[in-house]
Amino acid sequence: MSEAVLLIGTKKGLWIGRSDAARREWTLDGPVPQFEMQGVYSVGVDTRGERPRLFVGGTSEHWGPAVFHSDDLGKTWDEPPKGSIGFPEDAEASLERVWQIQPGPPGQPGVVYAGSEPSALWKSTDGGVTYELVRGLWDHPHRKDWGAGYGGQAIHTVLPHPTDPDRVSVAMSTGGVYQTSDGGKTWSPANQGIKVKFMPDPYPEFGQCVHKITAHPDVPERMFAQNHHGVYRSDDGGAIWKSIADGLPSDFGFPIAVHPHDPETVYVFPLIADANRIPTDAKCRVFRSRDAGSTWEALANGLPDTSYAPVLRDAMTTDAGDPAGVYVGTRDGCVYASADAGDTWTEVARHLPDVLSVRAAVVG
Amino acid sequence: MAIGVKLPTVLRPLAGGAERVEVEGATVGEAFAALDPPLRRRLTDEQGAVRRHVNIYLGNDNIRDLDGLSTPLTDGDELLILPSVAGG
Repeated sequence: MSEAVLLIGTKKGLWIGRSDAARREWTLDGPVPQFEMQGVYSVGVDTRGERPRLFVGGTSEHWGPAVFHSDDLGKTWDEPPKGSIGFPEDAEASLERVWQIQPGPPGQPGVVYAGSEPSALWKSTDGGVTYELVRGLWDHPHRKDWGAGYGGQAIHTVLPHPTDPDRVSVAMSTGGVYQTSDGGKTWSPANQGIKVKFMPDPYPEFGQCVHKITAHPDVPERMFAQNHHGVYRSDDGGAIWKSIADGLPSDFGFPIAVHPHDPETVYVFPLIADANRIPTDAKCRVFRSRDAGSTWEALANGLPDTSYAPVLRDAMTTDAGDPAGVYVGTRDGCVYASADAGDTWTEVARHLPDVLSVRAAVVG
Repeated sequence: MAIGVKLPTVLRPLAGGAERVEVEGATVGEAFAALDPPLRRRLTDEQGAVRRHVNIYLGNDNIRDLDGLSTPLTDGDELLILPSVAGG
């Protein structure tokens, strides 16, 4: 029988929501003892194998970062004896945080990508147990000019092409979007049209603070980006980006997510501005477009009418259930879930530490 | 030479629950290199540097005030691992 699992990574540990396939009522396990006092910046669910594999990228301020996986839906967690991820000696760097754990497409079993701070891309071919540094991006001549935002300097988004294993997009803050079409050997910036407000040249080749990018696997050339001010769409695989912020109360925010079954439907969570990072109108509102960003509507049914809590870049996600589930976690420790693509919402958790990351899946 | 390493509670699960493990080494660095990798990774990063908020004492001295990982050890020395007061 199908069940749903919801991983909630917070600044102080991991919680796991569990539900049936309807996803209307949730129970909450946690904090999971293994991750107490760890900042869980990344969580992941790989549904490609016979059994779903869960991932946690946690960082202890004392004991450092590590990636763990679970093959029993979060009852036990493992890491390989020598660790899952670490810079080789000649890279002269050490891992600070794992910001993203992204299973590859269905046609690339065993491939899992990770993005880290400092800005590096990692590739696993053993199902996410161990990872190797993608040298082509690490050795990029631009790397010395990539900067750090509030959260540090990190590759926080990895977007593998759904059918071409040689094509991968990443997004980093700061630096922007970079793409490879030769399996990671060479990388080019892909930020044309994305504006920056913190450099003299508003349209540099790279250096943007892109907060999140996404695309629907059925329409991979159409990409969406939430920038540090600016919401964009590209219809040509990232070559040119055009604003789709008209109709939103603000173009500032962190997450952007696409509906799992409808490539036209996309979700954002606007904040007032970079200088005032609280929800617009001080209301907790997810905004949804059903026409790829031409028009937007505020989703309010079940969300609080007063809120000062932002949603961070990885604290919004969807599941592949039918109807689609949508989830947001807030910096005041609440998690809201919709089992009807955003029409209505229920509270799954409250009073947790700051929510940093959420991922969900219907499994079994 | 035999060196004792005393662990804080939070790290003991990585040593089978033991409060103290014994390793061989003529320096702090050598002693650490002899630790099981999952435990070693919590104390040092992948380049071998002691993590910023980990303190290692030889007697009453923080090894940062001695010679760091090169600090020489003698048989029977005991290293005390303590997390610093960090984070919020």
